[in-house]
Amino acid sequence: MKRERDYIQDIAEIRSMMERSSKFLSLSGWAGIMAGIYALAGAYIASVVYDFSPDRITYSVSLPAGLSEIILLALGVLILAIGTAVFLSYSKAHKRGEQVWNTTSRRMIIHMSVPLAAGGIFMIILLSKSLIGLLAPTSLVFYGLALYNAGNFTYPEIKYLGIIQIGLGLISCYFIEYSLMLWALGFGVVHIVYGIVMHFKYER
Amino acid sequence: MKLSIDDLHKAFESRVRLGIMSALAVNDALDFTSLRDFLNVTDGNLATHIKKLEKEEFIGVEKSFVDNKPNTTYYMTDEGRKAFEEHLKVLEKIIKSQK
Repeated sequence: MKRERDYIQDIAEIRSMMERSSKFLSLSGWAGIMAGIYALAGAYIASVVYDFSPDRITYSVSLPAGLSEIILLALGVLILAIGTAVFLSYSKAHKRGEQVWNTTSRRMIIHMSVPLAAGGIFMIILLSKSLIGLLAPTSLVFYGLALYNAGNFTYPEIKYLGIIQIGLGLISCYFIEYSLMLWALGFGVVHIVYGIVMHFKYER
Repeated sequence: MKLSIDDLHKAFESRVRLGIMSALAVNDALDFTSLRDFLNVTDGNLATHIKKLEKEEFIGVEKSFVDNKPNTTYYMTDEGRKAFEEHLKVLEKIIKSQK
């Protein structure tokens, strides 16, 4: 006959298997912190070095000077952030004896990619119509939608992060003159706060 | 209350089988590779346990082709879900009664 400890062990095993097989838990809090730092640096460079500050929604025949640099900068921030997240998730999964690319991570990525792709295409359209002022707000809104969706397949806190980003995005749609600041707040400060919370909650 | 250990289903004595049922309880269906990676067992080991659960008709098998490669996925049958939930209830009772 099994002893009590074995039964408790059984229950623990069941709980852990249910969680591991349905949720992607290798997301690292540090990835959030690093993404926030990249975003703050990017926003700083955009506003100080390139003097990027859309103040209203305007149609203009010619795109403002330095715009291609801003777009490259934004893409750089994006690639750095994703690269860091993948690297840190990989090492966290490795430590837990799991693979990063499994059923749960695949599911999460697929559900994130629909709103992200829609947002990306929408932003390209905005750009082609020279509606530069709406780019930063749009990126916040669609990123927030993607996070909200991902929340079903990873830590539930991601949902709140998504809602905050959507809210900031909508606010900055209205207050275009503050959109870069709100972008820095959303992608920078909020990410850092989120990363710190997650790190202390789940990784210590 | 007298609790009989016989109420615990024999099929769930093994941790691997318990693990398979737990994973399938929260996923509509999983393929062989995913199950193997979650459980961290060898192919042969997993196949044996799956066969046992299949024989009890606790899990069902669906074979299909993905990119011309055979792909086998497993899902929990209604009977399996009932047995698994029953098992969890008994486990809970045993632990409570021993406290």
